[in-house]
Amino acid sequence: MMPKECDGPGVRMGILEPRQMTGDSFFSSGQGICSGFQFVEMSSRKSKSNNLKHSECLSQVQRILRERFCHQSLHSNLFGVQVQYKHLIELLKRTAIYGESNSVLIIGPRGSGKTMLINHALKELMEVEEVSENVLQVHLNGLLQINDNIALKEITRQLNLENVVGDKVFGSFAENLSFLLEALKKGDRTSSCPVIFILDEFDLFAHHKNQTLLYNLFDISQSAQTPVAVVGLTCRLDILELLEKRVKSRFSHRQIHLMNSFGFPQYLKIFKEQLSLPAEFPDKLFAEKWNENVQCLSEDRSVREVLQKHFNVSKNLRSLHMLLMLALNRVTSSHPFMTAADLMEANQLCSMDSKANIVHGLSVLEICLIIAMKHLNDIYEEEPFNFQMVYNEFQKFVQRKAHSVYNFEKPVVMKAFEHLQQLELIRPMERTSVNAQREYQLMKLLLDNTQIMNALQKYPNCPTDVRQWATSSLSWL
Amino acid sequence: MKSRQTYSWVGRPLLDPKLHHQTYREMSVKVEGCSTELHIHVGQFVLVEGNDDENPYVAKLVELFEDGSEPHSRKRARVQWFIRFCEVPVCKQHLLGRKPAAQEIFWYDYPACDSNINAETIIGPVQVVALAPDEVLPTDLKNEKTLFVKLSWNEKKFSPLSPELFAQLEKLQEGSPRCQKSVEAKTKNIESPSCTTAERAVKRVESRHSSSKSRPAPTHPVTPRARKRLELSSSPRTPNTRISRQTSWASPDSPRRTKRKAALSEITSPSKRSQPDGLQTSSPARKAPEKTGEIQRRSCAKDDKKVSAERHMTLRPRVPALKTTVLSEERRLTPTRGRRRSSMLPSVILIPENIRKREAEEPEAQDEAIFSRHHTSRKSSLLTLNRIKQQLRFLGKSESDSEDEEFLPAAEIPDSSSEEEEDSTSPLPRTPSGTSRNLRSSTKLSLQTPSKTPKKTPKPRTPRHATPRIRSRNLAAQEPASVLEEARLRLHVSAVPESLPCREQEFQDIYNFVESKLLDQTGGCMYISGVPGTGKTATVHEVIRGLQQAAQANDVPPFQYVEVNGMKLTEPHQVYVQILQKLTGQKATAIHAAELLAKRFRTQGSSQETTVLLVDEGLTRMSFQPYTHSQLQQILVSRLKHLRAFEDDAIQFVARKVAALSGDARRCLDICRRATDICEFSCQKPGSPGLVTVAHLLEAVDEMFSSSYITAIKNSSVLEQSFLRAILAEFRRSGLEEATFQQVYSQHVALCRMEGLPYPTMTETMAVCCQLGSCRLLLVEPSRNDLLLRVRLNVSQDDVLYALKEE
Repeated sequence: MMPKECDGPGVRMGILEPRQMTGDSFFSSGQGICSGFQFVEMSSRKSKSNNLKHSECLSQVQRILRERFCHQSLHSNLFGVQVQYKHLIELLKRTAIYGESNSVLIIGPRGSGKTMLINHALKELMEVEEVSENVLQVHLNGLLQINDNIALKEITRQLNLENVVGDKVFGSFAENLSFLLEALKKGDRTSSCPVIFILDEFDLFAHHKNQTLLYNLFDISQSAQTPVAVVGLTCRLDILELLEKRVKSRFSHRQIHLMNSFGFPQYLKIFKEQLSLPAEFPDKLFAEKWNENVQCLSEDRSVREVLQKHFNVSKNLRSLHMLLMLALNRVTSSHPFMTAADLMEANQLCSMDSKANIVHGLSVLEICLIIAMKHLNDIYEEEPFNFQMVYNEFQKFVQRKAHSVYNFEKPVVMKAFEHLQQLELIRPMERTSVNAQREYQLMKLLLDNTQIMNALQKYPNCPTDVRQWATSSLSWL
Repeated sequence: MKSRQTYSWVGRPLLDPKLHHQTYREMSVKVEGCSTELHIHVGQFVLVEGNDDENPYVAKLVELFEDGSEPHSRKRARVQWFIRFCEVPVCKQHLLGRKPAAQEIFWYDYPACDSNINAETIIGPVQVVALAPDEVLPTDLKNEKTLFVKLSWNEKKFSPLSPELFAQLEKLQEGSPRCQKSVEAKTKNIESPSCTTAERAVKRVESRHSSSKSRPAPTHPVTPRARKRLELSSSPRTPNTRISRQTSWASPDSPRRTKRKAALSEITSPSKRSQPDGLQTSSPARKAPEKTGEIQRRSCAKDDKKVSAERHMTLRPRVPALKTTVLSEERRLTPTRGRRRSSMLPSVILIPENIRKREAEEPEAQDEAIFSRHHTSRKSSLLTLNRIKQQLRFLGKSESDSEDEEFLPAAEIPDSSSEEEEDSTSPLPRTPSGTSRNLRSSTKLSLQTPSKTPKKTPKPRTPRHATPRIRSRNLAAQEPASVLEEARLRLHVSAVPESLPCREQEFQDIYNFVESKLLDQTGGCMYISGVPGTGKTATVHEVIRGLQQAAQANDVPPFQYVEVNGMKLTEPHQVYVQILQKLTGQKATAIHAAELLAKRFRTQGSSQETTVLLVDEGLTRMSFQPYTHSQLQQILVSRLKHLRAFEDDAIQFVARKVAALSGDARRCLDICRRATDICEFSCQKPGSPGLVTVAHLLEAVDEMFSSSYITAIKNSSVLEQSFLRAILAEFRRSGLEEATFQQVYSQHVALCRMEGLPYPTMTETMAVCCQLGSCRLLLVEPSRNDLLLRVRLNVSQDDVLYALKEE
C-alpha cells in the first residue's frame, strides 16, 4: 500500500492518513512530506525517497505498534495458552456444530489474556464456513449490564429479537424475562441456531439479585432448549463460591485457568515479538533494520535489567505494553531506533511513585507541615493528629531555629494544611461535620516515612535546616 | 327484550312433509327506529354473537327454521361454523406454522360442534372469500369486512380446504344463496350432527315431548349470548382434547376479555377491532352480565361436556362408514365421562334436569352413575368397570342411541336458560340479549357504513402473543459420529432419559399422591426438597408425563399442568401472571391476575379439570437425599446403555468421587462429559478413540475441583510473592490476621532489601496489592483508603507458605 515513490497528490493523500493517527510524530513526518514534495520538483529522486521513506516508515511503525499495544489486535500470536485455547475452541465448536450446550469459565488475573483468548477462539470459529452462518453471539459485560433487566434487554437486542416486539418499548423486567426465556425455550438442539453468550466480568453478574440471569442461562445450557454456550470471563479465583447452590449445580464446572505461567526467557521473547515489525511491512529494508535493533535490545544487559525489574513487578502483559508504549513515544525521525535509554526512561516513568511527585510540587511551608506530621507520627506512634498539634510542632521548629523559614500567620498555615487535605496527602479520620472546629479535627498522614525522606531528597531548593529537621525532630537542639 | 330488533321470516315457510317444523329461505332483521332492514338468506355468511364483541363468530347459514318445541316459538338456524385464529386453543395455535393473516378464518371441520343456534343471535351478513391453497392471503385491504378462508381446522390440524368445499364456497361468494340440501350434499362434512333432516325431525318432536314433560316451568326467552357461548366454548370443542377445552373455557371470561382485547385484535383483522370501538365505551354495563354469564357457563359447561359426548354417540347409526372409529373414540371417552359426572354431582346444586332425565331414560347412563359412585376406587377397578360399561353399551346400543338423540337438542337449550335463571344470583339485570342488542345495532351500523368504522388506522401494533424464537440454523447440526460423541450426547444433563433410575420410590410416592388427588378431585399440596442435582424436577416431570399418558388412556381424569419456576420469575407476584398465562393464555398484571385466578378457583363447582401446579424452587417438605455412589453409578450405566465408552472402573470411580463430594447427578454427568473430551484429546488417532479410563476422569475431576489458589500463587510475579511473604511476616509480628497496607509495605521494603530486589515504590506495591486483591488471593478494602486499607489473606497461611516454598 505504501508507495515507494511519491509521484503525485493522490499518493500524498495516502500518506496523510497514517500521519494523522500518530499524534506525536505529526510534525516530523509532516516536514518529511513537504520536503519530499520539494524534492520531486527538484527531481532529486534518490535522496528524496530515502528521506521520505524514513519518516513514512516511522509513522507506519508508530501506527502498527500503537495499535498492537492499545487495541487487542487479533493478529498477535497466542503464547503459552495453547492447551487452554484448544479446550475452548473444541467446546465452542461442539456447541456450534453439534448443538451441544456448554458452560465454561475462563479465570485468570487481569491482563492474562482472557478476552484475547475468547476473541481468538471466536475468530477462528467464525472462519469455519459451516459455523459462521450458524452461530449467534451475545457479548455482555458486568460493568455495563449492571442488573438483569439491562442485561435481558441487551440480549434481546443482540439476538435481534426486537423485530418480534416491533415498535413496542421494552416492557417490564418480568415481561422481558419471560419473553426471552420463551424465545430460548422454543429452540431445540438440532434445528436452532446456537447462541454463544460471553459474559465479561462474570463475577459482577453473580452479584445481581437472585442471580436470575445466571440461573436461567445455565439452566438453558442444561436443558433441551436452544443450544447455548455460556462463557464467563473473570479474574476472581473464588468465583464458584459466589454462585448460589442451584446456580452452581447447573454450571458445568468447566474452568479454563490462565495463569501467566511463563518465565523470564519467555517474557523476553514476548518483548521481542511485540516490538518486531511484521513481514508485511512495506519497506522491507527498514523493517529489517528495526527488527535487528530489537534483537540487539533484547540482548542488551541494561535492557534485560529493565525488563527483569518490570517482570518482577508484574507479569501482566498490559504493563509491558505500557512500558513499550512509553519507549515508542521517544522514537522520532531524528531518533529513529529505540535505545536502551528509552526503555530505562520508560521504566522510570512506570515505576515512579505518584505521591512523591505531588510532594515535589509542594511549597516549603507545606513540606514543613508534612515533616511536623511525620514527627508527630513518630512521637505518638501513628496516632491521629489535628491541625493544632501540627501547628505547635511547626512553631517549635520556626521559633527555635528558623533562619530560612518565614514564620507564617496561623490562617496561612491553616490554608496550607487544607491544601494538603485537598491533595489527599492527609485525610480526616471521620467525616467533616459543619460544627466541628477544623483545627481540632483528627487527621492521618497518607505518606510513609521512607516516602517522605525519598521525596525530600529530590525536592528542589530545599532549605538545609528543613532537611535537617526532617531527619531528626531533635536536630535543632 | 327484543324491542329494538325484530327478527321476522321473509317468504312463506317451506313445509317439508317429513318435517314437523317450517323452514325458511330468508330472514329479515329490523332495527327499531331505523328504516333499513337487513335481509339474511340461507347460504349467506353471517356474523354470530359470541362472547367477544370484537370478534363475533363467523358462520355460514345452512338453514333457518321455526322451532315449535319451544313455548315461545323460536327462530332457529343451523350453521356451518368458521373459526378465527384467536378461537383456536392457544396451545394449538402453533400448528398453523405461520402468522395468521389479519382477516383469516378457518373452516371449522369439527362435527361435534353444535351447529344449531338461535337465529336471533345472528348479527348480520359478512363477506367471506375462499382462497385456493396457492393464493396469497391479501394483507392490505380496502374492504376490511371481508374475511378469508384458506384452511380448515379440525381441532387437530390445519389442512387445506378440500376442492369440493372450495368450489362450493367459491360459488357462494358469487352471492347465490343455495338450498341447504344442495349445500349439504356438497359438503364433505357428513359427520355434522345436523345431517339428515329426517332425523332431526324426529329429534324435534321427541325433544319437544321430553322437555314439556320434564321441565317444570317454561323458561325465559333464552339469552342468546349465553347460549352461543355454551355451544361454542364448551361442548363443541373437544370431548377428548383437554387443553383446548380449557382454553376455550377461559375465553369468555369477561375481565379477561377487556384485558385481552388488544391481543385479540392484533391477531385478527383490523376491521374486527374497529367494530366495537364505540361499543366498548358506550356500554359499560355490559361487563356485569358477562360476569354472571361466566358463572352460568361454568356450571352448565359440565353438562355440555356430557352432551357433547352423547352427541358423539348419536352419530353412529347415521354414519356407518365412520362407525368404527367413532365408536372407539367414544369408548375411550366413557370412563372419564362417567366418573366426571358423578364427581360433579355433589358439588353442583343446580343439577340440570337432563342428568336426572338421562338417568331415568338411559340405562347406560344409569350404569355409569352407579359405577361412578366408586370413583375413589383406583385404576384397576375402574378399568374393569369401563370394560363392563362398554359391553353394556354395545348391547343396548340401538336403544340408547335413539334416546340420546331424543333428548339432545332439547336438553341443551333449556339447560342453559334454566341454569341461568337459577344460577345467577347477581342482582344485575340479566340481560345479555339487551347488551347484545347494543352490539348488534352498532355492528350493524358499522356494517352499513364501513367508511366510518376504521377511524383508527390499523397501525401494526405489537402482537403480544408474538412468539419470539431464535432463528433456526442454516446448516443442520451434526449428528454424533463416534462412540465418544454419542456418549457425550447421552451424558449431557439435558438429555432426557427414558427412565429415571434410583428414584423409583420417590416417583411412586409422588405419582400416587397426584393420582389420588386427581381421582378424588380434591386439592392437595406436596413439598419436595433436596440439594441441587438430586432429581427433583426430573422426577416430577416424569410423574407428570406418566399421568398425562394415563389421562390420555382415560385411566385418570384429564388435568391441566402448570409449571412455574421461581427462579424464572423476577418477583414473587409474577407467579400469578405466569399461572394465569399458562392456564388460559391471557396476560394480566400481577394484581389483576391474582384476582382472576382467585375467581377462577373460588367459583363453586367450577372445577372443570384438576390443575397440577409445579412450583419449582419453592417451599419444601418431601426430601430427596443426595444420590449415593451406587445410585450414581446406576444412573450413568442406564444413560450409557450398551455404549462401550467408559471402563467399568472409571464409572465406579466417578460415582464414588461425586457421591463423596455432593451427590449431585449433574456434576457426575459433567465430569464424565469432560472426561470424554480429555480422552478424545489424548487419543490423537482419530477413529479409534478408546475407552475413557480412570486417568481421564481423574484429570477431569482435578480440573473441576482442585483449588486454583496455589497455582495462582506459584505463577504470580516476584513482587506479588514477596508481598504475600510480607503479609505473613506482618501477621506473625502483630499476631493478628489483618494488617494495614502501610504495615505490610514496611515489611515488604525490608524483605526486598534482604532479597536484593530493587526498592519497591509505594505505587508499585499498591498495584501489586490490588492485583492480588482482584484475584481474591487477598481481601482488601477499597483502594481509596490508601495507606490505611486493611489487608487479609483469603487463603490459609499454610497454603501460601506451601506455594511459596515450592520454588
